[in-house]
Amino acid sequence: MRPAAAFLGVVAACLLAPAGAPKANTLVADLSRHLVAISTGFAGTDVLLFGATEGEGDVVVIVRGPDRPVAVHRKSRVLGVWVNTAQMTFDRAPSFYSIASSRPLAEIAPATVLARHQMGLDNLRLELPRAKASANVAQEWRAGLIRNHEARGLYRAEVGRVTFLGNRLFRTRIDLPANLPTGTYQVEVFHLQEGRVVSAQTTPLQVSKVGAEAAIYDFAYQNSALYGLIAILVALMAGWAAHLVFRKA
Amino acid sequence: MQIYLPIAEMPVNVFLLLGMGGVIGFLSGLFGVGGGFLMTPLLIFIGIPPAVAVGTEANQIVASSVSGVLAHWRRGNVDFKMGLVLLLGGFAGSTLGVMVFSFLRGLGQIDLVISLSYVIFLGTIGALMLYESARTMRRRKTAPGQRRKLHQHNWVHGLPLKMRFRRSKLYISALLPFTVGFLVGVLAAIMGVGGGFVMVPAMIYLLGMPTNVVIGTSLFQIIFVTANVTFLQSYANQTVDVVLALLLLTGAVIGAQFGARAGAKLQGEELRGLLALMVLAVCGKLFFDLLVTPADVYSIGVVR
Repeated sequence: MRPAAAFLGVVAACLLAPAGAPKANTLVADLSRHLVAISTGFAGTDVLLFGATEGEGDVVVIVRGPDRPVAVHRKSRVLGVWVNTAQMTFDRAPSFYSIASSRPLAEIAPATVLARHQMGLDNLRLELPRAKASANVAQEWRAGLIRNHEARGLYRAEVGRVTFLGNRLFRTRIDLPANLPTGTYQVEVFHLQEGRVVSAQTTPLQVSKVGAEAAIYDFAYQNSALYGLIAILVALMAGWAAHLVFRKA
Repeated sequence: MQIYLPIAEMPVNVFLLLGMGGVIGFLSGLFGVGGGFLMTPLLIFIGIPPAVAVGTEANQIVASSVSGVLAHWRRGNVDFKMGLVLLLGGFAGSTLGVMVFSFLRGLGQIDLVISLSYVIFLGTIGALMLYESARTMRRRKTAPGQRRKLHQHNWVHGLPLKMRFRRSKLYISALLPFTVGFLVGVLAAIMGVGGGFVMVPAMIYLLGMPTNVVIGTSLFQIIFVTANVTFLQSYANQTVDVVLALLLLTGAVIGAQFGARAGAKLQGEELRGLLALMVLAVCGKLFFDLLVTPADVYSIGVVR
């Protein structure tokens, strides 16, 4: 679509490529758009990622929403009623995670490589402060966090498909649900050969509210007191209008 | 047609919201209740975050109470002096309620407290109403009962700060309505209701107010208490979604009109019995949800 921009993006990405990844520039990729606008009618969308590799190999695409602290509660039964009795806070967890690959992950790379690049939900790095939880307890909380995000469609366990058109050109569709958190997403594209990452690129994807939604949200958070007063005023007028309609009927 | 709610941060079908407003509005018109106690659990049920459901419902109740109170005012059924004392208590109570709400939300216990409050209050009031309407229906069939006294004298009449409430034909301590207003205010803030279903029985049985001024006066003070809750929830928690409130309101206004007409065809005791059954059904559902093993014992909360 915009090869020049895509190329510049790749150059930038290679400069910022994670340490350990070889410097060879064997990958070019770009998104069909870099902004997802959440407006009144927003009901989920998809973004197309396309690109080309130099030489054979596999491609893995990971989409990560901005990291946030997440509090997780655990319920247990107290006098017959289910009550939140324990809480842990993960300092950082991606608000969105999905992955796509050209072949099943296990066939592409050994477990150590998958783990290093956080490929697949199982390899997502979600750590609790060690003082608070032993390893196997932390594992249960981590699984709880992932299940909850999966239930809301924010983490995807199933691996999407990256399709090759011929030997070098590839594309994949990134499905984004309606309840998408806002912020700057990172789309990471990896080119692997013989189980090793030979090239990687990161492209930002901006998700933000626009129009009336953004205006109302910003107003509610920045001028909370005034927002409250306006909400009351709107309700008073609506009630009065309803009374007038009632009286005529 | 989907609409993205800016504060709840989720898309919802417009017609679902209008329909919910319409059905709850119909029931509130039919039974002469605010409907908050039905709407808030329903909003939570369709996936609106409980905190947003409570804050937004307070905003919607402001509007429905205004239209209700204007109708009662024209018939002279509002005791403004009593309303003022109640709402002073209500202001204090709802302010405390919002603070408790924020605190519990941080602890991750707000959902439990909302559910428990519903179960306790709906259960008690539903059972009392059912008993009461069953008794009147039975009594009407057998023999006409004796006329009740206007009100009984007890220890309550020894409290200080006595005030005369002309329209309610009462000479009682101002502390009494203040306390009632205070407690209902706390409930209103935590449960996202106007509190009419607690306020009305309290006014009749505790304060001894005549039935004809009870509804108008309770609506009058509910406007101010829910307005206070709307403001504080917006200010402290940013949980009032005006788009959601407006959509619910539109449906509710239309529904209430049909409900009021249908209500005119039914008898008082039957209505009260039906309302009691509905209240108990909501209570039973919430209670069941507390007892049944959750799908996942882990859940995501709010980071303090």
